[in-house]
Amino acid sequence: MTLLSILDIGLAAIVLGVAAWTVLARDTFGAVVGYVAYGLLVSIVWVRLYAPDVALTEAAIGSGVTGVLLITAATRLSGNRTEADRGLSIKVPAALLSLLVTATLAAAVLLLPDNAPSLAPAADQGLAATGLGNPVTAVLIAYRSFDTMLEKIVLVLAVVGVWSVAPDRFWGGAPAPLGRPAPQGDLVLLAKALTPIGILVGLHMFWVGADEPGGAFQSGAILAAMWIVVMMARMAGPPRINARWLRLTLVAGPAVFLAVGLAGPRMAGAFFAYPVSVAKPIIIVIEAFMVLTIAATLPMLVAGPPSRKSAP
Amino acid sequence: MTAAIDLFSVVAIGAGVFFFFAGAVGLLRFPDSLTRLHALSKADNLGLGLVVLGLLSRSGSLQEALKLVVVWALVQISGAAASQMIGRALRLEGTRK
Repeated sequence: MTLLSILDIGLAAIVLGVAAWTVLARDTFGAVVGYVAYGLLVSIVWVRLYAPDVALTEAAIGSGVTGVLLITAATRLSGNRTEADRGLSIKVPAALLSLLVTATLAAAVLLLPDNAPSLAPAADQGLAATGLGNPVTAVLIAYRSFDTMLEKIVLVLAVVGVWSVAPDRFWGGAPAPLGRPAPQGDLVLLAKALTPIGILVGLHMFWVGADEPGGAFQSGAILAAMWIVVMMARMAGPPRINARWLRLTLVAGPAVFLAVGLAGPRMAGAFFAYPVSVAKPIIIVIEAFMVLTIAATLPMLVAGPPSRKSAP
Repeated sequence: MTAAIDLFSVVAIGAGVFFFFAGAVGLLRFPDSLTRLHALSKADNLGLGLVVLGLLSRSGSLQEALKLVVVWALVQISGAAASQMIGRALRLEGTRK
């Protein structure tokens, strides 16, 4: 057995251990911390599986942004906690359901044929027509562009869902500020030092995403994280939800994507088809607007529903 | 020359791993949150710094080396800020009790 396979087995064991710890943790905050650690470990697993795109997404979204969301949720829930024991009538069916899902997944993995059917060669062949170098970006924005556009719409719908739980009198107002009210010199310093670098890294990741690991989702997540840091340091409050620029930014990605898709029949003869000669510029434009939407959506999900009156 | 570079990086990375190990032991064994924080920040600062130093001599290009240094610097900034915040949260909790 090589050293590398020993390390892989160790990594898998730690992932399982942290997963079990997360499920078994008694308090919400502990479970969230376990979940974030789990996400980081899983992203290392993706690196070992030679899937750097997935690793970046897992680290940025699965662990980073979802972690912030869950920590915010845990803090909000801690005020009115009801740790009542749910009783066996809920626990037993929940455990059975979890076991069933796990067994199905395990069976699906174990029953895979040795030569799993793959579309990878076909995806590689079509790569030249898109003008891209990264097959993952080609799959997301060209081969299955309709699905990707619908995913962005789901993100916007999630924000609408969060906003819709606001009381009527706060509609159009701003969400409550994040973080603590006390002056936090360290967090302000972090926001000032990290944000310019983070914005640069985010834009870089969007730009290289055409040819190397990266892309709209990872880039948008990093930009979103920068906005969240700035809001947590209280250097800028969450915007009013009826601000026109915010609404436009939220719908920009799917709207531009859909417009390009509708222009497809005229440009290239099919819904969501791109003319080969300008495929790459079109893809870059779509991705740029998707970065904007993702960078605005995720912080709005973290900020929560409006809780202050809108300015007159 | 290559033997000297190899020796240097092995020693530096080895020392870095030692600091991470010591930090992990401290995190598990120290009695309260502030001392655990102390152990952890040492691992972050020195451990990662030494590992990066060891890897620098093995990096293929200037760009690669700069990336390593930037990674270290970013971890420094965020680690220092996080340690300060945890420390202050602990102090606030202490005065409230």
